[in-house]
Amino acid sequence: MSASPIATTRTAAGMPTGRLAVWWVIASEIVIFGGLLGSYIMFRLSHDAFGEHAAHTNMWIGAVNTLVLLTSSLFAVLGHKAADAGDGRKAAKFLYLTAAGGLLFASIKFGYEWPAEIHHGFTISSNTFWSFYYTAAGIHAAHVIGGVIIMLIIAPRAKRNLDLHRVELIGLYWHFVDVVWIFLFPLLYIAK
Amino acid sequence: MSLHDHAHVEPGYEEHTHHGNYVRIWAILVVLLMVSVAGPFFGHPVVTLVTAFGIAFVKAYLVAKNFMHVNVAPRYVAYLVGTMLMFMLLFFAGAAPDVMKSAGSNWVKPAWVAAHEEAVAHPAAAAHGAGAHHE
Repeated sequence: MSASPIATTRTAAGMPTGRLAVWWVIASEIVIFGGLLGSYIMFRLSHDAFGEHAAHTNMWIGAVNTLVLLTSSLFAVLGHKAADAGDGRKAAKFLYLTAAGGLLFASIKFGYEWPAEIHHGFTISSNTFWSFYYTAAGIHAAHVIGGVIIMLIIAPRAKRNLDLHRVELIGLYWHFVDVVWIFLFPLLYIAK
Repeated sequence: MSLHDHAHVEPGYEEHTHHGNYVRIWAILVVLLMVSVAGPFFGHPVVTLVTAFGIAFVKAYLVAKNFMHVNVAPRYVAYLVGTMLMFMLLFFAGAAPDVMKSAGSNWVKPAWVAAHEEAVAHPAAAAHGAGAHHE
């Protein structure tokens, strides 16, 4: 009987180690984003000026980016479905579409939204609101870019029907990134 | 042919996830997004609050349940995520009084109190420079 490496066996938690690891990543991320959003909410509730500064963010751009992320999440879960069916080519196609969504999100943010805000004098050092804004949105965007890179690594192997379980794992991460944005959107763009 | 018919698949992925109608869930999410965007146009703070944050929770639930399949994940996942959310609440409860109050038992924020008094005395000037250095 051949022995598998420990990292590829089922854990006592009742799930494969890869899926368990992704859930631990997500749990860690909850603390990171939770601390950031919790701090923002404290300041937002106790400083009316935050609402005045938030009036300068572009709700329509935020809404378009929300739509982009929701759609990319759909592609991610359709990729998972294809991988479960053993269709690596289709799973890879959906991974590429998900990555394209992530790139579009980052392009809108770094190519249009932030330059426009900086052009109007709203920089990370303008005041506490904009510090929170750029920090929260920036950390989130870094997660988007990280996810895109991982998808572009996984997709070529998935296309050859290799390591198809990784399609589900990156999908889990991607949906979490989507959930974080679902809360960032009303906080930074709607509550004015 | 399934995922497990292939050689390069990690052991332990024997169970298949039940895949629902994801496009339908996505359509619901898009409709909810449109409602949350429309909320502020009613000009009522309560409506904005409900359409923005109430719907955010609904959207997050839909994504977690239908896309992340947390409802069929082992109980361990719920404990793990629940613990982290509890830590978040503990952090908020512990730090919020320091951030959100200007005074408490045996402590006071003189700069904040002075800024508040200044804002009451000269509201126009306070509004002009609001938020620039309010810590």
